[in-house]
Amino acid sequence: MNFDDTPQEAEFRAKAREWIAANAPREYEDELKKAALGRIQLKHANILEVAKAWQKKKADAGWAVPHWPKEYGGRGASPIERVIWQQEEGVFGKLGALFIIGQGMCGPTMMAFAQEEHKLRYLPPLASGENVWCQLFSEPAGGSDVAGLRTRAEKDGNDWVINGQKIWTSGAHHSDYGILITRTDPTVPKHKGLTMFFLDMKSPGVEVKPIKQANGQAEFNEVYFTDVRIPDHQRLGAVGDGWNVSLTTLMNERMAIGAGVATGFPELFDFVSNLTLDDGPAIDNPAVRSKLANWAVRASGLRYTSFRSISALSKGERPGPENSIGKLVAGAMTQEVATYALDLQGAAGVLNSPEDAEVAGKFQAMLLRSPATRVEGGTDEILRNIIAERVLGLPGDIRVDKDVPFNKIPTKGR
Amino acid sequence: MNFDFSDDQKQLRDEARRFLTEKCPPKAVRAVIDGKEPYDRELWKGLADMGFLGVAIPETYGGSGAGHLELCVIAEEMGRALAPVPFSSTVYLAAEALLLAGSDAQKQKWLPAIAQGHAVGTLALFEGAGNPSPKAIKLAASNGVLNGTKKPVADGAIADFAIVAARTASTGRDSDIALFLVDLTSEGVEAKALTSIDPSRNQAEISFTNVKAEPLGAANEGWSILSQVLDRAAVLVGFEQVGGSDRALEMGRDYALDRIAFGRQIGSFQAVKHMLADMYVSATLARSNCYYGAWALSTNAAELPEAAAAARISATQAFQHCSKNNIQVHGGMGFTWEFDCHLYYRRSNALAVGLGSLSYWEDQLIERMRQKNAA
Repeated sequence: MNFDDTPQEAEFRAKAREWIAANAPREYEDELKKAALGRIQLKHANILEVAKAWQKKKADAGWAVPHWPKEYGGRGASPIERVIWQQEEGVFGKLGALFIIGQGMCGPTMMAFAQEEHKLRYLPPLASGENVWCQLFSEPAGGSDVAGLRTRAEKDGNDWVINGQKIWTSGAHHSDYGILITRTDPTVPKHKGLTMFFLDMKSPGVEVKPIKQANGQAEFNEVYFTDVRIPDHQRLGAVGDGWNVSLTTLMNERMAIGAGVATGFPELFDFVSNLTLDDGPAIDNPAVRSKLANWAVRASGLRYTSFRSISALSKGERPGPENSIGKLVAGAMTQEVATYALDLQGAAGVLNSPEDAEVAGKFQAMLLRSPATRVEGGTDEILRNIIAERVLGLPGDIRVDKDVPFNKIPTKGR
Repeated sequence: MNFDFSDDQKQLRDEARRFLTEKCPPKAVRAVIDGKEPYDRELWKGLADMGFLGVAIPETYGGSGAGHLELCVIAEEMGRALAPVPFSSTVYLAAEALLLAGSDAQKQKWLPAIAQGHAVGTLALFEGAGNPSPKAIKLAASNGVLNGTKKPVADGAIADFAIVAARTASTGRDSDIALFLVDLTSEGVEAKALTSIDPSRNQAEISFTNVKAEPLGAANEGWSILSQVLDRAAVLVGFEQVGGSDRALEMGRDYALDRIAFGRQIGSFQAVKHMLADMYVSATLARSNCYYGAWALSTNAAELPEAAAAARISATQAFQHCSKNNIQVHGGMGFTWEFDCHLYYRRSNALAVGLGSLSYWEDQLIERMRQKNAA
């Protein structure tokens, strides 16, 4: 048991570290360090431009998406080298938020299902950040139940004609392309009538409307499709095989082991360490200590769980199922941590402007953003189902709509 | 990074599991619970023969000298099997204290006997309700003579010797506390078995009346040695708790697959699935925290105090969580004497307080993190 790199890993790390030291935009390091969950802003620069410039610089040196094949804009790095790169990129990795969906989900789906010609054309600019991609899956009638989607694709000559609506599309307003799952046959059961495409987001008939979120921000969008034409050669996978294609997309995401999920604990520990209550330093208060300890062991547990997965990658093995607990634990935890940080602030916990609020309103922003973490990319309940079914081997839910033609399934709600 | 046990260590774990599956089925645990024997002597002898008792004892002192990572994988299996033997008292507490602070003569006398299964040892620390603290130690040592009472002492009524924490002065400093090694057959020692929530393990009250004792380690370092022993034991007991958590989770999972109600497997109801998923989450967090503790223990890292406290908290929470929800999944049958669920429930709650309670370790963890931060 040790935390050392193999000689090969050490060599890769040294190379990455050297390049980052010479090239990273150090002028934004402090601001990036302080950036709260789900909200990165720079005082004197446009975050999008800084992010794109960093991505392009990495691409020119072959560091953009290290684990992709060279011909698609990567450097053919191994899974463990990918993790080492993320560790070394550190705080500058936050600049990659804009590209996560494209590079993490759309890219691998394109790699698995697009024609070679398309891969060579679309993947390198996706890697370099010149093109931003989005993933058009969720719909008003299909959130956790993605296969309940209703956006229609109908064949017309060599094109498909798309009509319908997507929702919760991250970054659609910045996106050049997207992968889109549609219903091509409503007369068969819901998982069987789906087909995947990729499309130019500037196609006529595509309309992107930002969603004003509960926390006042707008990271997500509604995307409307009105008679949008997509050529058949932009289909990904067979007609009717869209569900399997989408599973590839989602699997790829689960294979990704980040530099660690945000729990809010380091921020809370830091805050409490500098806080004085009526009866002395907050950190000396037994009730505070008990709360902190409970979150401390969850945060360290997640950290060492990711170390176990990284160790598996280092040995050339697939990470075990332990990797599946990350978002479930971290999502609920940021919400609890933020709630408690406000509690410690007393009545002043209500304030949230950077000037008036404690620690520049960091925990207020975290509190208001945290409900989304427990929903996006798989709700807590869906994640528990996944653990129960795929890790523990418990039976799948009974699905009353499983063998029913899609157009015979009753619907209601949003 | 290789944050995992080696293939050899995993093989040792498999070997320990095979051995314990055969020699320590629930029937063996129940024999001790039913009071036929204070502990499973045959199993104890078997553990000695397998070399498990001396796995972290150097060869010079009659062990195999394999190391603490090897002891961790065995501890996990001991916890999984609810082994009704004085393993933790003897191996994690007494042997570790001897290794840390014993004189060569003390080590020569007791460590080979432990490895061979001839001596059962324990730590006599607590004096009634309360957590580990120098203030709570009243048992007096004066010129190498002990007077006072310890309660509860795990495995105290079956131990051959004990490491006893005693007060030598009343200055209010940690240096008031010294450790002594006492042969429990000595005159003036009286051990009385006590009943407990986990009758698969012995608990006792030991009274010392003018008992001659030899010091263990330097007189003014008793508390410091004791803290180190508790940290080391916290990691090792953590592995027992991880083993117990996994087994309780498996039992719940298996029952949820087997039991039919409302015309379907109860494991197909989300309320049950989610409960089991949450058990998996706590067991996984505990395992990962304990792995870090194992690393710190095996390398004697400066991180050990913090790692041990985190492992202890996480593993305590996981085992309590998994054992109580295992009963919940079983429904009424989980509350019968016949089903094994209560054995895990009992053990989990006994282990949760045995080295100091959760609130004690929570306090320790934050204090240690605070000190590291201040440094």
